[in-house]
Amino acid sequence: MILIVIAQDVLERVLAGAMGAGAEFAEVYAEDKRSTSAGLDDGKVEQVTSGRDRGAGIRVVAGDTTGFAYTSDLSEHGLDVAASAAAAAAKGGEGGVRTVALTESDPHRPNQITHDPDSIAKATKVELLERIDEAARSFGPEIVQVSAGYGDSRKSVQIANSDGVLTTDDVVRTLLRVSAVADGDAGMQTGFQSMGHTVGFEIFDTVDVEEMAREAARQAISKLQARPSPSGAMPVVIKHGTGGVLFHEACGHGLEADLIAKGASVYADKVGKQVASSLVTLVDDGTMPGEWGTQGFDDEGHITQRNVLIEDGMLSDYMWDFLRARKEGRPQSGNGRRQSYQHLPMVRMTNTFVLDGPDDPDDIIASTPNGVYVAKLGGGSVNTATGDFVFGMTEAYLIENGKITEPLRDGNLIGNGPSVLQDIDMLANDFSMGSPGTCGKDGQGVPVGDGQPTLRVKSLTIGGTSS
Amino acid sequence: MSGFDSDLQEVADRVVAQAAPGEQVEAYVTRGGETEVRVYEGEVEHFVSAQSEGIGIRIIADGRTGFAYAGTLDETAIGEVLAEARDNVQFGTVDEWAALAEPDGVAITEQTLWNEELAAHPTDAKIELAKELEQLTSAADQRVRVDESNYADAHGESAVASTNGIRMSGRENGCYVSVSTLADEGEGEDAETQTGFGFSVGRSPAEFDLARAAREAADRATRLLGATQPKSKRLTVVLDPFVTAQFLGVISSTMNGEAVVKGRSIFRDRIGDDVAAPVVTFVDDPTNPKAYTSTDVDGEGLAARRNVLIDNGVLRQFVHNSYSARRAGTSSTGNATRGGFAGTPGVGCLALSLVPGERSQEELIADVSDGLLVQQMQGLHSGVNPISGDFSTGAAGMLIENGTVGRPVREITIASTLQRMLLDIVEVGGDIDWLPMNSAGMSLVISDVTMSGA
Repeated sequence: MILIVIAQDVLERVLAGAMGAGAEFAEVYAEDKRSTSAGLDDGKVEQVTSGRDRGAGIRVVAGDTTGFAYTSDLSEHGLDVAASAAAAAAKGGEGGVRTVALTESDPHRPNQITHDPDSIAKATKVELLERIDEAARSFGPEIVQVSAGYGDSRKSVQIANSDGVLTTDDVVRTLLRVSAVADGDAGMQTGFQSMGHTVGFEIFDTVDVEEMAREAARQAISKLQARPSPSGAMPVVIKHGTGGVLFHEACGHGLEADLIAKGASVYADKVGKQVASSLVTLVDDGTMPGEWGTQGFDDEGHITQRNVLIEDGMLSDYMWDFLRARKEGRPQSGNGRRQSYQHLPMVRMTNTFVLDGPDDPDDIIASTPNGVYVAKLGGGSVNTATGDFVFGMTEAYLIENGKITEPLRDGNLIGNGPSVLQDIDMLANDFSMGSPGTCGKDGQGVPVGDGQPTLRVKSLTIGGTSS
Repeated sequence: MSGFDSDLQEVADRVVAQAAPGEQVEAYVTRGGETEVRVYEGEVEHFVSAQSEGIGIRIIADGRTGFAYAGTLDETAIGEVLAEARDNVQFGTVDEWAALAEPDGVAITEQTLWNEELAAHPTDAKIELAKELEQLTSAADQRVRVDESNYADAHGESAVASTNGIRMSGRENGCYVSVSTLADEGEGEDAETQTGFGFSVGRSPAEFDLARAAREAADRATRLLGATQPKSKRLTVVLDPFVTAQFLGVISSTMNGEAVVKGRSIFRDRIGDDVAAPVVTFVDDPTNPKAYTSTDVDGEGLAARRNVLIDNGVLRQFVHNSYSARRAGTSSTGNATRGGFAGTPGVGCLALSLVPGERSQEELIADVSDGLLVQQMQGLHSGVNPISGDFSTGAAGMLIENGTVGRPVREITIASTLQRMLLDIVEVGGDIDWLPMNSAGMSLVISDVTMSGA
């Protein structure tokens, strides 16, 4: 089902007008998105929200300058007004007459949707939240507060450009999150679980929402007796499926070609060089069925693909969008993404993950005399120019004499990307994907996935208070 | 945003007029535009010029709430939004406190939020500002490169109307320039890069101080060159004004009335207690025209007002919108926030500040024998838990030894708890700076913080 279609001849005329005499490239990105969300907090379904976002962004490139304008008016007149604004901003367009002939690409749908969210009654969606609330609260008397959120969206996208590309995509997303608060003698603690997939309501045939709720409750309660985290550098073991954000921050952003082009990444001029422990093979793959960062095409109409970024520790390639690839005279990699029609595309990750290594996860812990075991990570951030990155641990334990012992309070870890990649000295064979993420860059948020097997970093700085 | 007669008010009024018996209906309508110029190496890298509009409709009936929005003001779409919001009502749980805000008679402190000079500012002059900032910054220090130099402005008008008699419209505009820098030193294996940023904000471009933005962007990057990872220890930190503003933002989430009534605030039972050192007076005052986020009305259309949250160390009050206030048995403090037409009002501080002290940052540092001047914090969103109070954030800055700023350090975290940090505040600086965020900043001295490093 495609909700919007701007007729092909309209797109061709709008693009021709945007190109005018002097532009080298013009593009229309149109979307029509319907979304439903529901929030439960404090035992009550607070509200169900229905949303509709619909519009087009028009980009015109002349020389090194990009002009961009967007509009919520999808009529030919509305598109022409935006096209003129974008062309004027690029100072290249306006004036002459060019023709653009579009050829529609074959559809590329990594996901098969069986239960369109629009076909599911709102009451059924709300019921998920009530089940979560009940399951989390009945997990233990320590649970004093629960909030839960459900969201789905269906976005039709049409992308056409002056190189003749015309693609359509239809992206369905379904998201569920739960957070629990436990109260004890030493104050309150929190637990959080989420899941998100690029499929419809059928995901709940396989996801056990009560189990998610109990897991959030268990995390919160387990921290009630937690001691302050240690302060200083030590070995850190990160559980599979929770630490993908480490790679997202430690090197993913630094491999984005726009940052490389400006010399704002520690990984500039490192292709073909050893940048990580030889255990590490890092992949960015926008085609993985169902994953949170998956799309048929990127937001520039380029088919998504699987890109090996680091192979056995050797840097093999960066990630590319249209502009950066054009400048280098090389192919795009399907990494041109944007938050919405109101945003310019730039180089972004999709699903970024590390492949399995040789070790048994239990052996990793057993061979770590002292350190920290991180069972769940929160968000993170990186300064790509220095490589320094942080990420939060929201469930962690001490490792003493090769055994997981006491729970630790929340804190940040800090490391330097290039050193941490070299310091990965054990990598297990228990790969799994992690929770859905929203990656922020230059004010835009896009959905991303990550994953990794259990691994050990020889030394990371834990930002606690206990010496 | 009062005092401007927007045609959007009619759009909102027409929706409210369609309320069915027993329904409370609120319509919030916005229209706006933005310009964004990015310059790189003397050329325009991109130029964005855009308009947007939208409407959000909230309906409450029999204690149940429904909401819907659309990013268009097309008449047909507005009809669909109203119908969707009405349909969504049935799925909400009955909540005895659910209701729209009532006009409370608090007088509005008028603000000048619209600037004609900015509205008429020519496009080419905006591009020139970004180019000039890039040149000034590059020229400030030979080790400095400019990553991007930006000019941005935005204007918006909005109207809100409700069946409870709220009716308010207004408009505002504003602009800023910003620059981000890279500073390089060394060659080959010893090559090192550090980053910085600078900015200037104004109601019009005439208020910009490009020279200061350029100087700060160069200083922030070059000061950290040569930074190394120090050993872990406990010490006194001096937060730079920009860092203090971020810290105050975190503290304010514990004073949020919604978190309080839902049992999620560490200070929920602490009104009247000494929660901070006596030097701390913490104020939310959107009526102060110096504040970047100053405003005359809140997200529900009630008058914005000055609220003293912590008075000489004593917790006096929380901030509320009409819902959290009703649950807490008090009145709205004019702290409804609204992130645009696509959401319902939340609760939040609007324009925070500490009442400043007397002394400069230099004077504060002179009294510190073993400390850290924190120039950047990284990962506040991941390392601070306002519900447990745990505070742990990445940082970079300069060590302080015997009252003097010494060598730069990086790859460290600073950690404590929010509860302890408020009590451990030694002094508030007099160097107040009205920053482009919802908090002012000033230097702040906090003792007994753990710095984690090697």
